[in-house]
Amino acid sequence: MSDRLNRLMPKAGWVAAVIVLLALPLYVDGFWLSAGLVAMAAAVGAVGLTLLVGAAGQLSFAHAFFLAVGAYGYACFSGEPGAATLGLGLPPALGAALAIAVTGALGLAFSPVASRLRGIYLGVASLSLVFVGQHLLHNLTGVTGGFNGRDTPMFTLAGFDVTGSEPPVTVAGVPFGATERLWYLGLVALAGAGVIARNLLRGRTGRALRMVRDSEVAAAVLGVDVRRSKATAFVVSSMFAGAAGVLSALALDRVVPDYFGLLLSVEFLAMIVIGGLGSVGGAVTGAAFVTLLPIVLARYSGVLPLVADAGSGGVDAAVLARFCYGAAVVLVILIQPDGLAGLGRRLRARLGPAVPSLQEST
Amino acid sequence: MSNLVELVINGLSLGSIYALIALGFVVIFKATEVVNFAHGSMLMLGAYVIAATHGRIGFPAAVAAGLATAATVGLLIDRLLVSRLRRRSHTALAIVTIGVDIVLGAELARRVGTEVLNMGDPWLDHTWRVAGFTFPVSRLAAIAVALVLIVAFAALVRYTDWGVAMRAAAEDAEAASLMGIRLGRVSMVAWVVAGVLAAVAGLFLATFPSPGLSATASTTALRAFPAVVVGGMDSLSGAVVGGLVIGLAETLAAGYSEQLLFLGRGLGDVAPYAVMIAVLLWRPTGLFGTRELSRV
Repeated sequence: MSDRLNRLMPKAGWVAAVIVLLALPLYVDGFWLSAGLVAMAAAVGAVGLTLLVGAAGQLSFAHAFFLAVGAYGYACFSGEPGAATLGLGLPPALGAALAIAVTGALGLAFSPVASRLRGIYLGVASLSLVFVGQHLLHNLTGVTGGFNGRDTPMFTLAGFDVTGSEPPVTVAGVPFGATERLWYLGLVALAGAGVIARNLLRGRTGRALRMVRDSEVAAAVLGVDVRRSKATAFVVSSMFAGAAGVLSALALDRVVPDYFGLLLSVEFLAMIVIGGLGSVGGAVTGAAFVTLLPIVLARYSGVLPLVADAGSGGVDAAVLARFCYGAAVVLVILIQPDGLAGLGRRLRARLGPAVPSLQEST
Repeated sequence: MSNLVELVINGLSLGSIYALIALGFVVIFKATEVVNFAHGSMLMLGAYVIAATHGRIGFPAAVAAGLATAATVGLLIDRLLVSRLRRRSHTALAIVTIGVDIVLGAELARRVGTEVLNMGDPWLDHTWRVAGFTFPVSRLAAIAVALVLIVAFAALVRYTDWGVAMRAAAEDAEAASLMGIRLGRVSMVAWVVAGVLAAVAGLFLATFPSPGLSATASTTALRAFPAVVVGGMDSLSGAVVGGLVIGLAETLAAGYSEQLLFLGRGLGDVAPYAVMIAVLLWRPTGLFGTRELSRV
């Protein structure tokens, strides 16, 4: 009996989580939904980065650049034609798909560099993409709107506004506006990203990537095309970043160059390290932690004793959040290299019978 | 033409500052295999201590304090973190330094805020006029100091026991340790030396012609990464050459930005990265880096 219970427990947990996430817009106000949306966008990107850094062992700072390509790509493909900035006026779903494809293509274009470089050289070389990207975003004003950025076009699917309020929908007395609707799009994207990444990691591709990470020579001997595997990891991860970029653009309503700086890349690395390198669930948890922490701290800065007001020169919410996740990164590597995911696995192992788990971590 | 000469001298001076940063970075990498992403914060910390203390204790003492602080932080990172993580992957070690950089960088950015801090250096905005050319004295001082430090560093690596030990450890850590070389001490000295070099570089990055120490100094320091990669990450002479190449590229791109306007504004800031990508496409381990071969 208890055996069966143990098998059902994880499934029941998943069902409960899905129900809670689906029902959340009915109970939670717009502020937290927006925060959750930013976290979901980050989670999609983090899942992509964990494939590259965790599974394939390639440290990369280029994630912010690929996010920017996704965000601006969507804005260009689906933006209104004839405005001050370039817009092709394509249907939003098509625009988003094209933006992701373009991000993948750019990943492919950089992959000759990426696959030739050994892990740590790539880490340093990928810094260049962030800075070259910043330069382009600030200078290609006809496409990006320059320093002030550009508005995100509205997302509509077959006449139904996902980031608008036409036609009006009310569920259980709660009017469903832009944020509520976008919430479900975010959930779909996150679920899709999670499933794709999980399948990739469990299948042939994932095994090849981990093999390359652990020993390139051994991988080559076993018939894995090392360069190709690395390039694949880079392209797939940049496509996840593109999707995350589209989602962030929708969640933030406006894309500005400064958002896509080096700090964003560093935050992404912090997310996947805290969550546990190579773990999809960990990446999502880490993304939630890193993105929500400053928002929560800022929201309750009046109540919390240590937090000063923003701009006062004291330790404000943003700085305190950076202290926390910076320290978390160091502690995770020192004490618990598998991150939160490893912690979760240990807990489960203690509670139930040993579940044979996929070796996903470094 | 006079413009070109001035630009080249300024480029070499900026390049020698980058070379100092790059040298510290490479010596850490050789001795401990750590790619130190906290290098920019170490540099900024040294410069900040100089800027914050020179008013009370005078410039020379402030410089000593800045160097000592940066060296101490290097020592702490080595003792508390790196020495506990031997035998872990490059990625794990690099990520630890990213964590340190997040914390240290956040605190320094908060303290400096939107201000531009004066370094209190004796060169002020004096310039030297030689044969019709004008050079900022602080830049010439940078070249002189960098030259002295680079020569001293080369002597340290070539002639001292520590230098021999460091080179042996870089060649084959296990064999070196079996020969009785204390890897812990090698790594400790490497981090201290890197901290000192970074602080000196931080001082010169914040003196004239730059307006002073601002929160963007750590971004400027990041341009030493292209220098390191261009030279090859495990080559000390490569670090110097890479630093000079990057400094020249940046200064020339900024100096001729009027003519290069079709490439966009602020070209000097990205030129180092463009050079890095170009060099990497040509030689994946930089100009002087050892090619990695694997024997099966």
